[in-house]
Amino acid sequence: MQYEAVIGLEVHVQLKTKSKMFCGCATEFGADPNTHVCPVCLGYPGVLPVMNEEAVRKTILTGLMIGSEVARFSKWDRKNYFYPDMPKNYQISQYDLPLCAKGLVEIKLNGGATKKIGITRAHLEEDVAKSFHFETTSGVDFNRAGTPLMEIVSEPDLRSPDEAFAYLTALREILISGGISDCDMEKGQLRCDSNVSMRPVGQKAFGEKVEIKNMNTISGVRRALAYEIQRQTAALQKGEKVSQETRRWDDATGRTSVMRTKEYAHDYRYFPEPDLMPVVVSEEMIAEIRKLLPELPEAKRQRFVKQYGLPEYDAGVLIASGTLAAFYERAAQGSRNPKAISNWVTTELLGKLAEAKKTIDECPVKPEQLSELVSLIESGQISGKIGKEVFAEMFAGGKAASLVVKEKGLVQVSDTGSLDGFVEEAIAKNPKSVADFRAGNKAAINFLKGQVMKLSKGKANPQLVGEILLRKLEGG
Amino acid sequence: MSLHTLTIHELREKLQRGNVSAREATQALLDRIQAVDGKLKAYLWLNAEDALAQADTIDRGGVARNGKLLGGVPIAIKDILSVDGQPCTCASKILKGHTSVYDASVVQRLRDAGAILLGRTNMDEFAMGSSTENSSWGVTRNPWDLERIPGGSSGGSAAAVAADEAFAALGTDTGGSIRQPAALCGCVGLKPTYGRVSRYGLVAFASSLDQIGPFTKDVADSALMLRVLAGHDRRDSTSVPQSVPDYTTTLGAGVKGLRIGLPKEYFIDGMDREIDAAVRAAIKKLQNLGAEVVEISLPHTDYAVAVYYLIATAEASANLARFDGVRYGARVAGEDVIDMYGKTRGAGFGPEVKRRIILGTYALSAGYYDAYYLRAQKVRTLIRQDFEKAFERCDVILTPTSPEAAFRIGEKTDDPLKMYLSDIFTISVNLAGICGVSLPCGFTKSPRLPIGLQVLGKPFDEENVLRVAHTYEQATEWHKQRPPL
Ligand SMILES: [Zn+2]
Repeated sequence: MQYEAVIGLEVHVQLKTKSKMFCGCATEFGADPNTHVCPVCLGYPGVLPVMNEEAVRKTILTGLMIGSEVARFSKWDRKNYFYPDMPKNYQISQYDLPLCAKGLVEIKLNGGATKKIGITRAHLEEDVAKSFHFETTSGVDFNRAGTPLMEIVSEPDLRSPDEAFAYLTALREILISGGISDCDMEKGQLRCDSNVSMRPVGQKAFGEKVEIKNMNTISGVRRALAYEIQRQTAALQKGEKVSQETRRWDDATGRTSVMRTKEYAHDYRYFPEPDLMPVVVSEEMIAEIRKLLPELPEAKRQRFVKQYGLPEYDAGVLIASGTLAAFYERAAQGSRNPKAISNWVTTELLGKLAEAKKTIDECPVKPEQLSELVSLIESGQISGKIGKEVFAEMFAGGKAASLVVKEKGLVQVSDTGSLDGFVEEAIAKNPKSVADFRAGNKAAINFLKGQVMKLSKGKANPQLVGEILLRKLEGG
Repeated sequence: MSLHTLTIHELREKLQRGNVSAREATQALLDRIQAVDGKLKAYLWLNAEDALAQADTIDRGGVARNGKLLGGVPIAIKDILSVDGQPCTCASKILKGHTSVYDASVVQRLRDAGAILLGRTNMDEFAMGSSTENSSWGVTRNPWDLERIPGGSSGGSAAAVAADEAFAALGTDTGGSIRQPAALCGCVGLKPTYGRVSRYGLVAFASSLDQIGPFTKDVADSALMLRVLAGHDRRDSTSVPQSVPDYTTTLGAGVKGLRIGLPKEYFIDGMDREIDAAVRAAIKKLQNLGAEVVEISLPHTDYAVAVYYLIATAEASANLARFDGVRYGARVAGEDVIDMYGKTRGAGFGPEVKRRIILGTYALSAGYYDAYYLRAQKVRTLIRQDFEKAFERCDVILTPTSPEAAFRIGEKTDDPLKMYLSDIFTISVNLAGICGVSLPCGFTKSPRLPIGLQVLGKPFDEENVLRVAHTYEQATEWHKQRPPL
């Protein structure tokens, strides 16, 4: 029998706010353990939560970006369970009245078709702390506890690991473009749990649902789903039953294993949080947030293709991060060759950043400086090859392109008088290539061209060199 | 006349004039505590050196004479409120050795008003109880009869004020925990409107019901204390951003033309005869002073105790989950973390606290939530509406505070349900979120025990409640009676 997978994703996103969800502590990542803590986020006796309005606004903005219905009346609930990473042993979350209900995320399938994935809800809650296990003891770092966390639940609309991958990629693009989150999975800013079940093709009813946890990268999600689909399909084909349970993905072994079965499912005993007032969202507030709506990734991609004459792929690379796209647009502004700028950004710039383990925000080369470099090449003042050398220098020292060119004497040699000498020398030293050319092997000219460039230490204008060579070889 | 017997307003006059120093006032209380607290056990913790040091700072800074509302006045604090650097155990073994790391907002307000933070008073563990017998550190005794309970849960605060061991004390009231012990000890206990006083720093029992309020020797002091404590606090989202009137200036306006409501459900056959008589005499007195009396009805009164014990315990089951041995307080080691939780909480909580956590957990469980918690919330709305309707016909409501005077230690410990009924006249007030005060209105004959009169008001109408209470008090001598210690 043919089976198809039914997949739904629960995505947790840490919001990019200055302070935590219910206290004033910083949300900074990577600080020493338990340095961003206070009585509130440690759950000390007697403390009370105070809602972070910025987090609410960012959740509403997300809702507007994915076409959700933003609740005019929303509330907080306590989700009860005991765990050492939960300071109060209950989490303040939203149960039956989330800030955002419904919505759609459009994904791109292989081959260029698109598919709309339904969103069930998006709600706000507080993140938990992080447990560490040592040889004989365990420790808890509460820096993360209380970080604003948005949970986005999809409808079971996904049918394959690739679709799940595309959905996460699209969602990530949206969240980054809205400044909602940096979505760095390595820092745990975006985390994903998945529900997957199998059913015979053509059957409407869902099969037994398995929840998969602990997938730490988007490609990990794809691999975990592929494994789980194969595992469940194999079981069903053998006539076995798939049991409703929670499984843990192990990225190293590439397998899932049982975490807890249905009988041990938590009863979270949700009830309304009495320490917080309900959230009343006014029309004015929504109108105000609507002004912050960024260009959606798909629209931006189209604009980049049209406005700058870029290939789809390049546009996709540029818009993957809002800051990268902004960098590009500033560099391309007023440039005569935005396509060349795009090439520089997507190859040299991203390459150097990756090498230096830096983000675009930390890039030592300013957009205007890159623009200047490209125009130096465009106008023939330096060659493309020298350009790379100049760029490396700019990246290392933050200097302007023209300054590097001047300091290093890298201006391209374009006067025929000085080039004549290099050409004569190359012809004299390489009689075989000259003979080859004259015998009809026109490609031999390229070797001679290379020799001239070498003699000029790369400074010769390659186009001019070609012209002089041709003249001399054909004329002589 | 010894200093410790003074009211705050009497002491304040002497402090302002410079006749008495903050150190002398503090020392007078310390001497009194030394003399009588061995019998009463109202205090759990007291640091004489620290209190005197605070007094000296105030004396040096001239704070007592600069007009601050509580400049140089020592105040006792229930062991459930956070005071930076002081222990806070909530009378529970699970918080043994725990020291607070921050000030509750009310404590900050007391400090700002120039008060001296004297010591910590006994209570029922986590404010769960009506007799202070549920304290893990021993029972507090009623100053009027040492064989009897002081009421609860704020029994230590009530006993301390009644026995002149404090000029005033802070308590908390979730279902009557200020008003009932005030009635049983013969002092004035005020439960402000929910949202009037910030709960930040109050270790929560039932968050939607808890409210902090003062115990004082008379109504004028109660008004003064409320003026210091009340007001919006950014750190408590349920505190209300509403201006705070000067309660002390409207006290003397009299009760002429004021309508007093008597709920027929509270004046029933079978009530203690002496209490019934004392409350009826008080009503007569207020009538003579110019008030009008109207009969009102609070038809859902019968459900209040059941509703209360579902909502309060449900909230408590979550509020007390944080006491797990991981971050602070007592810890009993276990095989693994779940075992550690069980052992820590098993050893740390007393039987009444465990009973309520289990009850609350059950009420919130899947399959029971709708029948218990949700239903209780709906009836709570009906109870609130009862009061709203009643207050259309009257300005304040008068009832007895407690169905009986102080009972004997151990008399009800075996029957939790009987104990729960001690609060039948006070519980509805918390469910409705309104304000109320208890003040002395007589004594039983033999033994001679105080009787409390409860005055209830509309939300944020503490002004009228205090005004009626003050008018009655000034026309009687009950508040001047002192226990024979
Ligand atoms: Zn914090």
